[in-house]
Amino acid sequence: MSLILDHVNYIYGGDTALAVHALNDVNLVIPDGQFIGLIGHTGSGKSTLVQHLNGLIKPTSGSIYYNGEDIHDQDYDKKKLRSKVGLVFQYPEHQLFEIDVFKDVCFGPKNLGLSKQETELRAYAALKQVGLEDEYFYQSPFDLSGGQKRRVAIAGVLAMKPEILILDEPTAGLDPKGRDEILDQIARLKEETGITVILVSHSMEDVAKYVERIIVMNQGSVLYDDVPREVFKHYKELEQVGLAAPQVTYIMQALASRGLPVRTDVTTIEEAKQEIRSKFL
Amino acid sequence: MGIIKTDKLVFEYIRRDEEGNVEGITRAVDEVDLDVKQGDFIAILGHNGSGKSTLAKHINAIFYPTEGTVWVDGMDTQDESKLWDIRQEAGMVFQNPDNQIIGQVVEEDVGFGPENMGVPTKEIWERVEESLKAVGMYEYRKHSPNKLSGGQKQRVSIAGVIAMHPKCIILDEPTAMLDPNGRKEVVRAVRALNDVEGITVVLITHYMEEIIHADMVFVMDKGHIAMEGTPREIFSRVDELKELRLDVPQVTLLAHELKESGMNLPDGILTIEELTEALMANYKGTK
Repeated sequence: MSLILDHVNYIYGGDTALAVHALNDVNLVIPDGQFIGLIGHTGSGKSTLVQHLNGLIKPTSGSIYYNGEDIHDQDYDKKKLRSKVGLVFQYPEHQLFEIDVFKDVCFGPKNLGLSKQETELRAYAALKQVGLEDEYFYQSPFDLSGGQKRRVAIAGVLAMKPEILILDEPTAGLDPKGRDEILDQIARLKEETGITVILVSHSMEDVAKYVERIIVMNQGSVLYDDVPREVFKHYKELEQVGLAAPQVTYIMQALASRGLPVRTDVTTIEEAKQEIRSKFL
Repeated sequence: MGIIKTDKLVFEYIRRDEEGNVEGITRAVDEVDLDVKQGDFIAILGHNGSGKSTLAKHINAIFYPTEGTVWVDGMDTQDESKLWDIRQEAGMVFQNPDNQIIGQVVEEDVGFGPENMGVPTKEIWERVEESLKAVGMYEYRKHSPNKLSGGQKQRVSIAGVIAMHPKCIILDEPTAMLDPNGRKEVVRAVRALNDVEGITVVLITHYMEEIIHADMVFVMDKGHIAMEGTPREIFSRVDELKELRLDVPQVTLLAHELKESGMNLPDGILTIEELTEALMANYKGTK
């Protein structure tokens, strides 16, 4: 059970002078149950890549295999793929439309042709998974706060029971607490259900805190694909491609350069605290 | 009186159900008194729904107060005859760069504001040039805006505002949709406007590390100002900020946690240099 990208290329405007090589020979294996961070500057190919993962875009060349089957085979059931690989777009709350929260979340499973009972069970479970209290279920989604709306939108995708959940900047525009709440909820969901999560993010601090593997995109290619500690060792190269390391990594670098014998491959506050304290005790 | 002043500013809106019946009244801004000096860099923090954008939209007369008064450079925003003067003096930049750019070419977009003000053509070009130089986008003047990165687009939006020669500029989460580099570019451009050109800046943001250089920070909650002070004063109150759904920069948080665990560090550390200094002083002490 996994998602495999084999020599995937994507070129748009291919027959014109304006051809852009948006993905360039991308090879990735995404096994079950990983929490992956996908980072890269604006225009690096992140969004193009995630749209390939559920078949929204067809590669110009190369293949994508989901559980061993080529998703662009003629008789492959794309509809099923899209329920298994759930994609939460940026600002997903703009896609809410129903008159109440519960109906909105029911929309996906209902369209899968499930029974009313199964649809409602799934909607209920999904809203619980994103931590929305019952009192909001029959309110208009438009009366909720930004963070709540976004949770409803995520629940709409979860109600499809995906095996892979892709979130494109799920915390953009949220206040710090709202950001932590959403990410904590996603981490808990991953722990409880074993779902694969791909988090597209511009926050190096968030990525360092939550994920176990980081894929760095640059100019349509995979620049790094490793655990956070290893990826952020390349902070100078990351800066060259418009990214950075978390602020704590720079703190440790600064301390080391002043002669304090601390490890510099630190990516979270907790680690930094331990490491610094160990030098003073 | 400062460049921006509000006196017991209240803004209420009426919530209605689908049939148009009144469901209730929400007080989005609640008795806010603000006095911003010309040339200051002020930051407004607050969780989603705390009223910061509503407050900001009063400064260039997009919203009018339900009660109280707002003055921009001495002009009451409810005085209709002053509307265009107010909007020219207090320019606004929003979150999404794609919603703010209308020109097909960068320099055309930046010239849109002064053109509408009836500035003579020759002067428009001078203003376009100086504005684009001020945000470091002059070399892109002949480019199409839709080929630019998010940070570049936001800087073009800012140039479009400063081409109108405003005395102050209000930025409502200008970096929320940008990558780390884009964020840095925009913050650098805004600080330069404030330092070099002396333009008053009001920056609304959820990124705490963007405002460590501000002169004053206001934290909003439920429509009123819950905390105010210098960045150092505000970021010394880590636990209160967390109560208000906010955060502090990572370096401040690390210093705070080290201090809580018994290390001798000052409150409100804002930069990596400050933390390094403080820790090294401690380290030498232990040797």
